[in-house]
Amino acid sequence: MIRFFMTVRIAHRALGRNKLRSALTVLGVIIGVGAVIAMVAIGQGAQASIRSKIASLGATSLIVLPGSTTQGGVRYGSGGRATLRVGDVKAIEKECPAIALATPIVRTVSQVVYSNQNWATTVQGTGTEFPLIREWPLLSGGWFTQQDIDAAGKVAVLGTTVADMLFGSMDPVGQVIQIKNMPFKVAGLLAPKGQSTQGQDQDDIIFIPYSTAQKKIIGISHIYTILLSATSREALGEAIDQVTALLRQRHRLQPGQENDFSIRPLADLAAAEEESSRIMTVLLGSIASISLLVGGIGIMNIMLVSVTERTREIGLRIAVGAKRRDILWQFLIEAMVLSLVGGVVGIALGVTGSRVISAVAEWPSLISWNVIALAFLFSGAVGIFFGFYPARKAAQLEPIQALRYE
Amino acid sequence: MDAIIVVERLTKVYDLGEVRVDALRGIDLAIGAGEFVAIMGASGSGKSTFMNILGCLDRPTNGRYLLEGQDVSQMSSDRLADVRNKKIGFVFQSFNLLARTTALENVELPLLYDGSKYRERRIRALEALKAVGLEERGSHYPSQLSGGQQQRVAIARALINQPAIILADEPTGNLDSQTSVEIMGLLQMLNAARSLTIVLVTHEADIAQYARRVIVFKDGLVVEDRAVERRKAASAASVGVGTPLGQETQV
Repeated sequence: MIRFFMTVRIAHRALGRNKLRSALTVLGVIIGVGAVIAMVAIGQGAQASIRSKIASLGATSLIVLPGSTTQGGVRYGSGGRATLRVGDVKAIEKECPAIALATPIVRTVSQVVYSNQNWATTVQGTGTEFPLIREWPLLSGGWFTQQDIDAAGKVAVLGTTVADMLFGSMDPVGQVIQIKNMPFKVAGLLAPKGQSTQGQDQDDIIFIPYSTAQKKIIGISHIYTILLSATSREALGEAIDQVTALLRQRHRLQPGQENDFSIRPLADLAAAEEESSRIMTVLLGSIASISLLVGGIGIMNIMLVSVTERTREIGLRIAVGAKRRDILWQFLIEAMVLSLVGGVVGIALGVTGSRVISAVAEWPSLISWNVIALAFLFSGAVGIFFGFYPARKAAQLEPIQALRYE
Repeated sequence: MDAIIVVERLTKVYDLGEVRVDALRGIDLAIGAGEFVAIMGASGSGKSTFMNILGCLDRPTNGRYLLEGQDVSQMSSDRLADVRNKKIGFVFQSFNLLARTTALENVELPLLYDGSKYRERRIRALEALKAVGLEERGSHYPSQLSGGQQQRVAIARALINQPAIILADEPTGNLDSQTSVEIMGLLQMLNAARSLTIVLVTHEADIAQYARRVIVFKDGLVVEDRAVERRKAASAASVGVGTPLGQETQV
C-alpha cells in the first residue's frame, strides 16, 4: 500500500514536470467524456419526455373497438358494428386476471350551454374507473359515483378547456349546465392533460355516466369502445389474449371466424417514438465514445514519448532496485491519473454542457448517476488499456542499454 | 581479508545471430572487503561486461558469482533487483541524476524501492548528503549544481543503502582534472573511513593510481592483477568534506 501511494506520488510528480503536455493530453479525455455525458443526457432527456407522454396516455391502457361490418359486399370500417355491450365490460373485469380495470365508453358531440355561453364539445359517457385508467386527477370537486351510473343521473365532469369556455375563471363545480336541453350538475373539474400524441386537445371534453349517455343523450343500448388497463406494462400481451378469448366466447364466434372486435394498446405510437429516441441515444453515445477513444490514443501517444524520453531514468530506477512491476505500475498509474483527471473534469464539463444545451435549445436533458459512473469507469479503463502497452515497454527495457541511452 | 566478491570461471557470450561474441572468457577473481580496485582495459576488453555482471544488471553465461557468499549468477530478476537495491551502489560517468528532482530526492531514490517510510528516507538521505559534504545543497536541483557536486550527489545515492560494494563506472569521465581529484579523494576517504569496497572502471592510468589494486582486462581475460605502487592520495582539503578522515559516523 505504501508502495502504491509512492507510485501515485512519483506519477504525479512526473506529470507535473510537463504541465502543458499533460494538460493537452487530459484535454482529449475531457472532451471525450464530456461529449459522452452531454449526448447521453440529451438522448435520455428526450426518452424521458416521451415516456411521460406515454404515462399520460396510460402506459398500460388498452382499447377494445368493435369490428367492421359487411353489408351487401360493402365493408364498413372498424367500429361499424354494435357488438360491444356493458355486460362485456363486467365480464372482462371479472374473468381476466391480467386486467386491472375496465370501463365502457360511448360518445357524441353536443352543444353545451351555461347561462349566456355555449360551446360544442365531445360528451363522453363512461364509468367510475375512467380517471384511474387514464391516471387523470381532478382539480376540484369529484368524479361521479356508481349510484349516478345506476340511476342514470345527470351529473358531469368538465375538462379545463370546456370549463374555460363556459365559466371563464369561475369555479364550475356545483353549477348546472345544459346538454341537449337537459340540466346536468357539474360534479368535478379535471386537471389539464394537454395535447395527445396526435395533437388533439384532450381537455376539450365533458364526462357523464355511460348509462345517462346511452339512455338520455344518444339512445342506444350498446357501447362504442371499452377502455382497459392491464395489471402491468409486461402483462399487456397476456391481457390482449385473455380479453380476445373471453370476447370470442361471449360473442359466440366459431373457430375460424374473424373477430368482431379489435384490441390495441393506447400508447402504441408513443412506444414506437420512445424506441426511436432510444436508438438516437445509443447513436449519439457511440459517436461521442469515439472521441473518448481518440483521447485514449492521445494518452498512449504521450506515454510512449514519455517512456522514450525517460529511458535513462527507467534504467537508473532498475539499477537502484526497482523491479519490473514497479516500473510497469509507475507508467500505468501515470496513464490512469491522466485519464481519471480527464474523466472527472469531463463529467463536470458534460453536466454543465448538457444543462447549457437544454437551456438554450429548450431540449430536455436528463443526467443519470449511472452514466456518470459509467463514464468515470470507462475513462479509467481507457487509461489502463492505452497505458498498458507503453508501461510494459518501459518495464521491459534492459537497464544496461537504458542507462547508456542518449 | 574476507572475500566479498568471488567469481569463478565466469564467461559471457553474446549471441548476435550470425556472430558469437565471447565478451568474457573465463574470469577468476576474488575481491576482499574494504578493497579499492581499479579495472582497466581498452574498449572491447570485456571490462564493461564484467562490471554489468558484478552490478547484477546482467547474468553470466557460465561460471559462478558469489556476492557476500551468495550465488547471484542464477537469481530471478526480482531477487537481483533486491540485491542491487541493498548490496550495490552505482556511480555512473554521466551521474544519472533525475532532472527537476532535488538532490535530496535523488539520494532517496533507492529507498523508494525498499518500502522505507518518508521520515526515515529523509533522515538517511540527509546523512548521506552530509557524508559527501553537500548537506547544504539538499534542495538544489541538478541543474543548479556543478559537475563535481552532481557526482557527489550520485555518490550519496550509492551510499544510502549501506551497500557491500560501490561500482563506479568511469566516475571522472565527465569531469575536469581538478574535480576528478576531488571525487577520487572522496572515494578514497569513504574507502578508508568506512572500509567500503570500491570497484572502479577507468581507462585513465592516473585515475587508477588512486586505487590499491589494478586489474587489467584484455580480450575477455584478466591479463594483469597488481597492487598499486606509489598510490596517489588526495588531501582532505581537496576532498571538500569537513570531517577529518576516519572520524565519519556510520550512516
